[in-house]
Amino acid sequence: MSVIQVQDLTVSYGALKALDGVDFSVDAGELCGLVGVNGSGKSTLFKSLMGLVSPKRGSVRLFGHDQLRARKQGLITYVPQAEDVDWTFPVSVRDVVMMGRYGHMGRSRRPAAADRAAVDDALERVALTDLAHRQIGQLSGGQKKRTFVARGIAQEAELMLLDEPFAGVDVTSEKLIMNLLTTLTTEGRTILMSTHDLAGVPTFCTQAILLHHSVLASGAPAAVLTESNLAQAFGGPRQEEK
Amino acid sequence: MNILTWLTEPFAYGFMSNALTVALAAALVCSVLSCWLVLMGWALMGDAISHAVLPGVAISYLVGVPFAVGALAFGLGAVFLIGALRSTTSLKSDTAIGVVFTALFALGLAIVSKTPSEVDLGHILFGNVLGVTMPDLVQVCVLAVLTLSVLLYLRKDLMLLAFDKVHAHALGINTRALNFLLLGLLALTVVTSLQAMGIILVVAMLIIPGATAFLWTRSFGRMLMLAAGLGVASAVCGLYVSYYLDVSASAAIVLAQASFFAVTYLAAPEQGMIARARLRGAA
Repeated sequence: MSVIQVQDLTVSYGALKALDGVDFSVDAGELCGLVGVNGSGKSTLFKSLMGLVSPKRGSVRLFGHDQLRARKQGLITYVPQAEDVDWTFPVSVRDVVMMGRYGHMGRSRRPAAADRAAVDDALERVALTDLAHRQIGQLSGGQKKRTFVARGIAQEAELMLLDEPFAGVDVTSEKLIMNLLTTLTTEGRTILMSTHDLAGVPTFCTQAILLHHSVLASGAPAAVLTESNLAQAFGGPRQEEK
Repeated sequence: MNILTWLTEPFAYGFMSNALTVALAAALVCSVLSCWLVLMGWALMGDAISHAVLPGVAISYLVGVPFAVGALAFGLGAVFLIGALRSTTSLKSDTAIGVVFTALFALGLAIVSKTPSEVDLGHILFGNVLGVTMPDLVQVCVLAVLTLSVLLYLRKDLMLLAFDKVHAHALGINTRALNFLLLGLLALTVVTSLQAMGIILVVAMLIIPGATAFLWTRSFGRMLMLAAGLGVASAVCGLYVSYYLDVSASAAIVLAQASFFAVTYLAAPEQGMIARARLRGAA
């Protein structure tokens, strides 16, 4: 069974078609890189997977369910782009990771021993135990990303969506995060990440999807990122994403 | 006169102890809610809803129902109208807010000006905490307890809403409903505080305690407690100042809050001006 199954997905904002007949699937345990220029529809695709925009046509199935059911089961987590987070917000690293456990708690979100243990584990896996009580604005770019990855781990999400995880992250942190993501997929989790970093994709990803409003190619990175495919994806006329 | 009589004398009067109860209830609810308004960037929304209830209050006095009923109806109506304008036009949200609340406020003024004898505009605009009646007191306390309970029970979800809507959505939480709930609680809070603060100054209580607490701490839990403490302290200080210096009570309460804010701006541990200057000096 595919973890992500997208068929004929078409999303438009007014007259602008952000996605046009997008078809692809991602199987369990894949580390899939979503490659495309700015405005190629990557963010819209993430929004569609999360159920934040309604498609004009086509369907999204996650774990064989519609996306609402998959969300309610806590199967999906989303690691936002750095600029979409309010870094002055009065929460610590630990507070953010604990938010991953909300789906496991009652209405008033009172953490049980199991929740605290899951948070401790997640913090350890991303090597942030020592910084657990630091306010999130006082972290480096890489530490910020790891905080949100830890939230997904604590959530026990089976599918992680990462939007540009390496923007504003130094090379050392990038390697650390890539290794972490690789480990997470070998444990059976599925990861879809959008990236500009073409060089990293063949090294780390097990699958690549080349997007330019529709899927130009999908499959093994070496087969997808060919010169002629890339010319098509990156040489085409640019459209600004709304 | 010794200090104890100085402290207890004002509240030997029934009207002053009623004023204290109402001011404390309002301060507590407003301060707690203010933490969310500050973090969500809803300061203007608070101002808008407090102005928009004017016609509701005026109509309530005219037809003789508790003012909370009319105020709440117009508060929620304003929320609805602002939401409708935003979703059906491409106007920016502060524009939509500006159009709706000024129109409703003007409607209120028009109603009051046609019926000057029944409604005391001054009391509605600037508060009348010293003229609280028993039914008012009960109304305010019931609303305060209700609003505060919901806020505190759902504080984690509401914090998540303010911090990361997408994650809340990813967990299957209905963020739209939660958003409306918070707006509804804002309307309830405004209604609760109307008697103590009046329409014009209630926004101070909806912003300043949260803003002050935000500068002191980097933890949401501490921010809530600090804001509540500041709100209560300013209500008490304000009433003393009002009694002994014969100053308008709502003005005195807001001035107390502004003083706390000014001290914080200078002296807060990390984000205060003095700490920042020291940090620059050390660097």
